[in-house]
Amino acid sequence: MNAADPSTIRAVRAIIARAKRWDMFFAMLGILSLMVGVLTFSVLFLDMAIQGVPRLDLEFFTSFPSRRAANAGILSAWVGTVLVMLVTALAAVPLGVAAGVYLEEYAPKNWITDIIEINISNLAGIPSIVYGLLALGLFVYYFGFGQSILSAGLTLALLILPVIIVATREAIRAIPQSIHEGSYACGATTWQTVRDHILPYSSAGILTGVIIGMARAIGETAPIITIGALTFIAFLPTAPFSGEPPAGLFDWIFAPFTVMPIQMFNWTSRPEAAFTVNAAAAGFVLVFMTLAMNGLAIYVRYRLRKNIKW
Amino acid sequence: MKSLKIAAVVAGVFATAAVHAQALIKIDGSSTVFPVTEAVAEDFQKAKKGSVRVTVGISGTGGGFKKFCRGETDISDASRPILKKEMEDCAKAGIKYIELPVAFDALTVVVNPKNTFISQLTVAELKKMWEPAAQGKILKWKDVNPAWPDAPLKLFGPGADSGTFDYFTEAINGKSKSSRGDFTASEDDNVLVQGVSRDNNALGFFGFAYYDENKGKLKAVQIVNPKGKAVTPSIDAVMAGEYEPLARPIFIYVSAKSMDRPEIKEFVEFYLKNGAKLAKEVKYVPLGAADYKHALDNFSKKKTGTGFGGEAEVGVKVADLLKRNPKE
Repeated sequence: MNAADPSTIRAVRAIIARAKRWDMFFAMLGILSLMVGVLTFSVLFLDMAIQGVPRLDLEFFTSFPSRRAANAGILSAWVGTVLVMLVTALAAVPLGVAAGVYLEEYAPKNWITDIIEINISNLAGIPSIVYGLLALGLFVYYFGFGQSILSAGLTLALLILPVIIVATREAIRAIPQSIHEGSYACGATTWQTVRDHILPYSSAGILTGVIIGMARAIGETAPIITIGALTFIAFLPTAPFSGEPPAGLFDWIFAPFTVMPIQMFNWTSRPEAAFTVNAAAAGFVLVFMTLAMNGLAIYVRYRLRKNIKW
Repeated sequence: MKSLKIAAVVAGVFATAAVHAQALIKIDGSSTVFPVTEAVAEDFQKAKKGSVRVTVGISGTGGGFKKFCRGETDISDASRPILKKEMEDCAKAGIKYIELPVAFDALTVVVNPKNTFISQLTVAELKKMWEPAAQGKILKWKDVNPAWPDAPLKLFGPGADSGTFDYFTEAINGKSKSSRGDFTASEDDNVLVQGVSRDNNALGFFGFAYYDENKGKLKAVQIVNPKGKAVTPSIDAVMAGEYEPLARPIFIYVSAKSMDRPEIKEFVEFYLKNGAKLAKEVKYVPLGAADYKHALDNFSKKKTGTGFGGEAEVGVKVADLLKRNPKE
């Protein structure tokens, strides 16, 4: 066979063409798979936006729920969501980061640590309603926190704890081993290494994990309903030092509350079509809140990464 | 464990101090009663200019009674009378209560507007469709009545956790919760509305408010009452006592202990005085004016207990119920 033989060249070209067709085909398949998720979300989101956005005005954010769809708003819902998220973050971040640092830097490699690690991965997969039941028994009744913002915040903190622990560990593992060794070689203790090197360098990754966890928690409904979030609530928790007699700094954490997903759920189950529009508007706000949190995560990670110079 | 308990005590002290800073009325229970109670709570808070706070939850009738009998709520919304088991729980915790009917809900049987052969149904026909024995056997319209077409019978109804399902099965099949299982069930009534409006061969049932909101997409079926008259569900028919047996009273249960607090007393009085107007506004059927007055009277006399004695009962006249000597 001669290399210049036209029939051989044709055969080779045919093989190449076929391989390229397959390549194209797989690329198309990949794009299709991607689009299934992206398009479904876009269509749902657009549908919700078209229905809900015209309903959004300042009054929608500053009104309490009402039996009249046109007067109903999400004031108690968004304030509740923000306050619950605040408690969640304050509880979950220190616990999660400390646990992650311990497991990476301090924990001896033995079977107890292994069991703990397996359990943490398991915790991430437990249905949220189970956390709700646990919280109902522990926070609401045993500790007597009642059906309050505190109970809800702590419940969601438990829920996202595994996410934060795993993110912290991943972030720490991404730090080159030489940083550890250099620090120890200079005579630093583990704590000094953690404080001066590990935490600063891993903070971008940890923050991303925290915000992904929070974005999950913000949409949770089942555990919050279990611990007794309310559906109709037309007042806000007392602000610190306001009212008569003046409220203490932390009185609001024991206040009854509602959150955005519950307000939406209630509206979708109402017979009047106008409430469905309210639900769509509230849904749009909730998705926007989640997107904003994710956007913040990306921005912060970008900023912090830029400052790291090994 | 000991430190946990100390933490609990400290937290408890905090919690009580915080919650009682301002008058707070806690209500929980049935989602069916919710729209009425919500309307009352909204107007009451406006009337009191925010000096009293009212919270309303929707744990369901059963869930609401659980909290109520633990003394966690002041008022419980109920779409059915309190049951024996719940009466025992309340008695054990020393919770006494006053049973007050506040409105009617008319269960509405609907078919697709394209369905031309059904305009009225008897209880016997409904039973033939819905009784447990119908499962896997009554699959076509002609199985119920040979005069009806040879088309599949598609049934839609609320899920087994709802009070609506309990009442319908009690009224039609004679036993609460006893029903065929092979129908499309949803806790969300809007799903049932969609289902019936899209399927020519469908039949479903749910609360009157959902039919009223979707009149264009559904056709309400007249129900033949025990006197043999076919009655279209409407506010007037229920008030006249003609829409039987599918009209049911809905209730609030007020804790006698809470009644000593002036804001609770005021709230319940406000409820019964404005109940008729507000119930109509949220598409429920109000009681007669005399019944509200009678209920108010029972309330001020603190007549504790239930007129049902823990039994489910269909077709009780509210006026008679209010005259009964309640049991605890």
